[in-house]
Amino acid sequence: MSLTQILFWFLTVLTVFSALMVVVSKNPVYSVLWLIFTFFCISGHYIMLNAQFLFIVNIIVYAGAIMVLFLFVIMLMNLNESAEPKKHRWLRMAGVVAGGCLLLVLVAALKNTDIKKQVAETNTGDIGLIQNLGKALFNEYVLPFEVSSILFLSAMVGAVVIGKKE
Amino acid sequence: MPINYYIFLSIALFVIGIIGVLTRRNAIIIFMCIELMLNAVNLMLVAFSKMHHLGNAAKDAAAGIDGQLFVFFIMVVAAAEVSVGLAIIVMMYRNIHSVDVNFLNRLKH
Repeated sequence: MSLTQILFWFLTVLTVFSALMVVVSKNPVYSVLWLIFTFFCISGHYIMLNAQFLFIVNIIVYAGAIMVLFLFVIMLMNLNESAEPKKHRWLRMAGVVAGGCLLLVLVAALKNTDIKKQVAETNTGDIGLIQNLGKALFNEYVLPFEVSSILFLSAMVGAVVIGKKE
Repeated sequence: MPINYYIFLSIALFVIGIIGVLTRRNAIIIFMCIELMLNAVNLMLVAFSKMHHLGNAAKDAAAGIDGQLFVFFIMVVAAAEVSVGLAIIVMMYRNIHSVDVNFLNRLKH
């Protein structure tokens, strides 16, 4: 096994394990911390695929901004294990069975596709660098980029309007 | 790495997110599981963009760059979505003093 393969399997196992811990953890604060860990593992996958811009944006935006927002809200509400609502055992089991069925169908459908002989290039290729992505973003995708600023403005106004005490 | 591995990793993450949405009642955890599903899709898009780049780099040096830009826009939309969604959850907590989604059945009556 080459170093890339070892790193891939290590990151994959860590990613799936921490994603499972997000769902399994009883305490919401632990769930958030495991989710941050999952995002770091996914960022590791990005850097293996040489998508350096997305690696840094994933850490800054997801692990940095979004998860801190989640932590703030959880601390604001003072949630802990005793306040955690519990679903009925049969309902939980039904949820797991439904998810397992989806997993089974997706894996069975994609197991024998032609695409599986193809390879995603790791460690090489320069489309993920900031220079190339920036050129494409400000030439072909300049309109969606500007529209997303309007989306942010409306989200900001919406959050303030909803969160305001009337 | 073969694209197969990335496909199955993304499927696993997506299904874990769905199981979380179906089995938990805490609104914040459900929201976090949605973020997990978004990230599974992001990983898939990046892997496909690198696969496409490897196949078409000779014809077009920027082949596959669209996939990575889509991931960027998904992150932008997710950030906006989280700010509004958490505001809604905070307001819900202020009104009913709980984040249990089972109390959100008032529209039924």
